[in-house]
Amino acid sequence: MINTQAAKTIYKYEMLRAWNTIMQSFVSPIISTVLYFVVFGSAIGSRIETVEGVSYGAFIVPGLVMLALLTQSVANASFGIYFPRFTGTIYEVLSAPISFVEILLGYVGAAATKSFIIGMIILATSGFFVDLNISHPFWMLGFLVLTCISFSLLGFIIGLWADNFEKLQLIPMLVITPLVFLGGSFYTIDMLPPAWQTVSLFNPVVYLVSGFRWSFYEVADVGVGISLLMVLLFTAICLAIIWWIFKTGYRLKQ
Amino acid sequence: MNLPDMDTNPIISVEALSKVYGNGHRALTDITLNIHTGEILALLGPNGAGKTTLISTICGIVNPSEGSVKVSGYDIEQDYRITRAMIGLVPQELTLPSFDTVWHTVCFSRGLFGKEPDPAYLEQLLRDLSLWEKKDSAIRTLSGGMKRRVLIAKALSHQPLVLFLDEPTAGVDVELRKGMWNLVTGLKKLGVTIILTTHYIEEAEAIADRVGVIHKSELLVIDDKQALKHKLGKRQMTIELEQPIASVPHSLSGWSLELSGEGRQLVYTYDSHSEHTGISGLLDAVNSTGLLLKDVSTSQSSLEDIFISLVGTE
Ligand SMILES: Nc1ncnc2c1ncn2[C@@H]1O[C@H](COP(=O)(O)OP(=O)(O)O)[C@@H](O)[C@H]1O
Ligand SMILES: [Mg+2]
Repeated sequence: MINTQAAKTIYKYEMLRAWNTIMQSFVSPIISTVLYFVVFGSAIGSRIETVEGVSYGAFIVPGLVMLALLTQSVANASFGIYFPRFTGTIYEVLSAPISFVEILLGYVGAAATKSFIIGMIILATSGFFVDLNISHPFWMLGFLVLTCISFSLLGFIIGLWADNFEKLQLIPMLVITPLVFLGGSFYTIDMLPPAWQTVSLFNPVVYLVSGFRWSFYEVADVGVGISLLMVLLFTAICLAIIWWIFKTGYRLKQ
Repeated sequence: MNLPDMDTNPIISVEALSKVYGNGHRALTDITLNIHTGEILALLGPNGAGKTTLISTICGIVNPSEGSVKVSGYDIEQDYRITRAMIGLVPQELTLPSFDTVWHTVCFSRGLFGKEPDPAYLEQLLRDLSLWEKKDSAIRTLSGGMKRRVLIAKALSHQPLVLFLDEPTAGVDVELRKGMWNLVTGLKKLGVTIILTTHYIEEAEAIADRVGVIHKSELLVIDDKQALKHKLGKRQMTIELEQPIASVPHSLSGWSLELSGEGRQLVYTYDSHSEHTGISGLLDAVNSTGLLLKDVSTSQSSLEDIFISLVGTE
């Protein structure tokens, strides 16, 4: 039995919060992506021309979308749950007749929705700069949605774990941003020296970007099946951690 | 000290509840108590006694270490969806989403508890709490007293049967405190069971039906306010004399009297429910000394005296 009314309420209010801070929620990630696009696409693109038959400008679009999705999902979801913990208003959620399922649906659902919207806007915006060719729209949407969900789950975990604002920024800064930049957003893995190619295979973002890019141009660093499997595995691990957190009350209940 | 509780159908029953926090701090020790439907129960105790921990455990915010709690017969752990829906909580701190408006946050609370929107009910609630004019104001712009009432509105937004008020008048001036008391007694009339914590004895004295005293994680006593005074309180009889005297006459030495009021008062302290209070004997004896009596009065010790005798002065 799920309290759908409660889940809907949390979801609605989280979305409303994003709407009230629309500049911060939607406009700024889009502006920064356009900047990346101009810098990387035009500056480097003028020298590289094509990667595996795809113009460099178009080649980096899936990577740019992923970059925005990952950082936005983590930021939205971690802040969404950290903030009520920080201000103390979480007492109300904990005393409500709901389980972690409703809390997840509400907070993670809203964070994932927000990054999904941002991803779609960025995709549409880049259509103004380059010719986008989406060979497998269903796979494309699938990867988009799964990435939003799995990284919102990760953000949720970070928001539960952090007990100050520094820690809230720590993982996005020290782990996620480097993984994304080294995840093949702006290059293919085989452009790297062999040793770094091996190292890259331990970076989960490589699988995401590769699978996502394949759904556009059928160009991939690893098989698309493996990509999908890795995303699902990552989602399952996050869910398991969250289930454990709620079961033990870790950082939520004494 | 605790008489067996005769209520066979309590709205909340706490059974041998203990709480030890992760850092090893023991905040509740073997608490057993029943809360009756429709009553106002005051939990009295100094800071750090364990009042908030007790409330938080019943509301599902703190995990119990041992023991159990039932709300209307449902277990707070197994049937948490049922028990929590029956409870509203007003926390001790003014923890509110400060950028939200009053109306939004109240609607949020109702939805969070799984209730369908009911703007008419919420409007009436805000009117009753004198918050309707402020419904579109951001919470951060409200005064402390209004914020406390917003917390109450949030707690009542889902129409609970039981309302917990954790130190509703801490740091509040006398005027607002009286207002809060009126509010609480008004809610009781609507049939809401109210449990409030306080460290103001006057507060318990003014509005509670029953009083529980918590001290150093233990429930020392819980009883009817009057019964508590009767059971633990002392009575005093003051005999006013026409003429002051220098010392208690020898013939009255059997009663351990105190002389006060510059020799114009004889004060006799006695246990009000002992078989032989010794009052009539004392009055006879006073008469036979030939002292002229101006007046005789009796008084009963206040909850405050009882409280101090239980937990000591700190
Ligand atoms: N989360 C916690 N971890 C450890 N100790 C706590 C925690 N919360 C409260 N305590 C301790 O438990 C005792 C009871 O606290 P509390 O229930 O807040 O008392 P009261 O509400 O009566 O002032 C205090 O000594 C307090 O320091
Ligand atoms: Mg307290």
